[in-house]
Amino acid sequence: MPEVFYSQAIRDALRDELERDPDVFLMGEDIAGFGGAFGVTKGLVDEFGRERVRNTPVSEEVIIGAGIGAALLGTRPVLEVMFMDFFMLAFDQLFNHGAKYHFMYGDQAKVSMVVRTPAGARRGYGPTHSQTLDTFLMSMPGIRVAVPSNAYDAKGLMKTAIRDDNIVVFIENKTLYGRRGEVPEEEYQIPFGEARVVRAGEHCTVVATGQMVEDAEKAAEALSQQGIEIEIIDPRTLNPLDTETILESIDKTAHLVVAEEGHRTGGVGAEIATRIFEEGFYSLDGPVRRVAAKDIPIPCTEPLERYVIPDANDIVRAVQETLVEE
Amino acid sequence: MSATAPVIESERACGLYRSLVLIREFENALDQLFASGIMRGTAHFCVGQEATAVGLSAALKKGDYVISYHRGHGHFLAQGGDPKRIMAELFGKEAGYSFGRGGSQHVSSFEDGFLGSNGITGGGMPVGTGAALALKMKGTGGVSVVFFGDGAANQGAFHESMNLGSIWKLPVVYVCENNLYSMSTHVKDTTAVGDIADRAAAYSIPGVIVDGNNLVEVMDAAETAVERARSGQGPTLIECKTYRLLGHSKSDNRAYRTREEEAAWHARDPIVHFRQRLMNDNILTEEQLNEIDADVDQEIEAAIKFAKDAPFPAPDGLEDEVYA
Repeated sequence: MPEVFYSQAIRDALRDELERDPDVFLMGEDIAGFGGAFGVTKGLVDEFGRERVRNTPVSEEVIIGAGIGAALLGTRPVLEVMFMDFFMLAFDQLFNHGAKYHFMYGDQAKVSMVVRTPAGARRGYGPTHSQTLDTFLMSMPGIRVAVPSNAYDAKGLMKTAIRDDNIVVFIENKTLYGRRGEVPEEEYQIPFGEARVVRAGEHCTVVATGQMVEDAEKAAEALSQQGIEIEIIDPRTLNPLDTETILESIDKTAHLVVAEEGHRTGGVGAEIATRIFEEGFYSLDGPVRRVAAKDIPIPCTEPLERYVIPDANDIVRAVQETLVEE
Repeated sequence: MSATAPVIESERACGLYRSLVLIREFENALDQLFASGIMRGTAHFCVGQEATAVGLSAALKKGDYVISYHRGHGHFLAQGGDPKRIMAELFGKEAGYSFGRGGSQHVSSFEDGFLGSNGITGGGMPVGTGAALALKMKGTGGVSVVFFGDGAANQGAFHESMNLGSIWKLPVVYVCENNLYSMSTHVKDTTAVGDIADRAAAYSIPGVIVDGNNLVEVMDAAETAVERARSGQGPTLIECKTYRLLGHSKSDNRAYRTREEEAAWHARDPIVHFRQRLMNDNILTEEQLNEIDADVDQEIEAAIKFAKDAPFPAPDGLEDEVYA
């Protein structure tokens, strides 16, 4: 199987969908010639033209809002928000309008729209270019949230996202753009709400999202040397969230660590942990541990950024903590 | 008033007049229902602003779309929305356009070319602009009309939407209903220009000021703007100078404005004005107009009865309605 970059896998999915369905089009800041801030859409304008690969003004509110309006009348926009932090400028359109149309207006209203955006820190971009805001989106009814952690998932989830009749926020990761992974050339889709068991293990379940999946794999190697085998689960979508797979894993491991790059309080990990408490409390033999960014804005300089953002060492520590209380 | 006002045929005049009166009586009935404590929630009445809704819809055809804002009953009715189902929505009933989930500020009927009202000031502007983008990309020849108030003209969404509409030459008409007050605050205290239409210059599009209480004048401006949009020349900003004769919403005693100011605008009532004009020009007789009034009264009564008798929705399965 050919190895391709995560960014290339996304581009391939976009190209396939642009070819397949004339209603699909792309819209965002600098996405045409420049290919977006991270080059994900590079070259697509040459293949599909400026009508279907649209450069917009720096106007996040109308990018999202116009996407919603265009989707209501039967197109399938795939938008890019240059940095996830910039969602803040457009949350009204996303939350107050797009997320509610189908619920309020029934079957006549389908907002078949994808919003792609790069999240994540570790690149020294500072407080307003490094955030992972998954939790905001996950907590708003009416929005699907995909968080691909590798090239294979990115391509398969993107195809599902574009064909979905709801708003899908597709959270890409800046560090992962440069990672390679095996991606088949033939057509495939990955259904939403099906977690992937990244690694099987018997001592502790680690639910990790986005960049933290890679960290969990590093942690697994370190822990394995200590005789601790963790089971890593990547939910792949936060809404819908596959709690079944996590519960099945807990039945086996009786321990849970949740790892994300977003802030700790009210985070994705807090939600996952609570659901497992509610539905799997009696399977647990130890306290649940959260690995997340500290509740501090993300600093620019490397030592401080490292202090705030979690990594593999934090996962190792969390797993040891949850096991030691036994 | 326009110097070259078109002669209106009697059949068309009936329809226009009926539409004006239907909106007026729908809103008056609603005001009474709130005052008597029967109606729950809130609503924003457009009494006095009927001519803007009717004037724009008169310039549209099948395949065109209107998007509105919180003061939106008139726009929906002018597009042919069924008073029974709008009233049912206001009563929170399953038979309402939004199954009781939306209420006054969230009703729509895409088949009637009405993409919905909404409760966020200026929030419809990006969506209506995107609707125009889809119409253009699909080559339908359709036009999107985006209504908003003077308050929305100070939102970022106003700027982002009109700029995008202009650079992409989208088939969209932006219609500002300037009723002088964003809730209780006068437009001169909130807005750096005297005429909101002046802001069109910032987007290189025509900015047109009309007497929003003069139906024929609104229709004239609407036809020009819709034609411009339809022919690929891009957006127009129409500012309709008007006045809401009732308060901002159901619980507004209008302490921020004088009764004298209100009286002056009552004297410019768009329906009285149009009715008088139809009689003066011998287009419709007083008798014919009275018949329309009586017919509308019956329709409103029937709508209220329908809405009152209709069942409430049950919460069963509501979780399944969030996603398509």
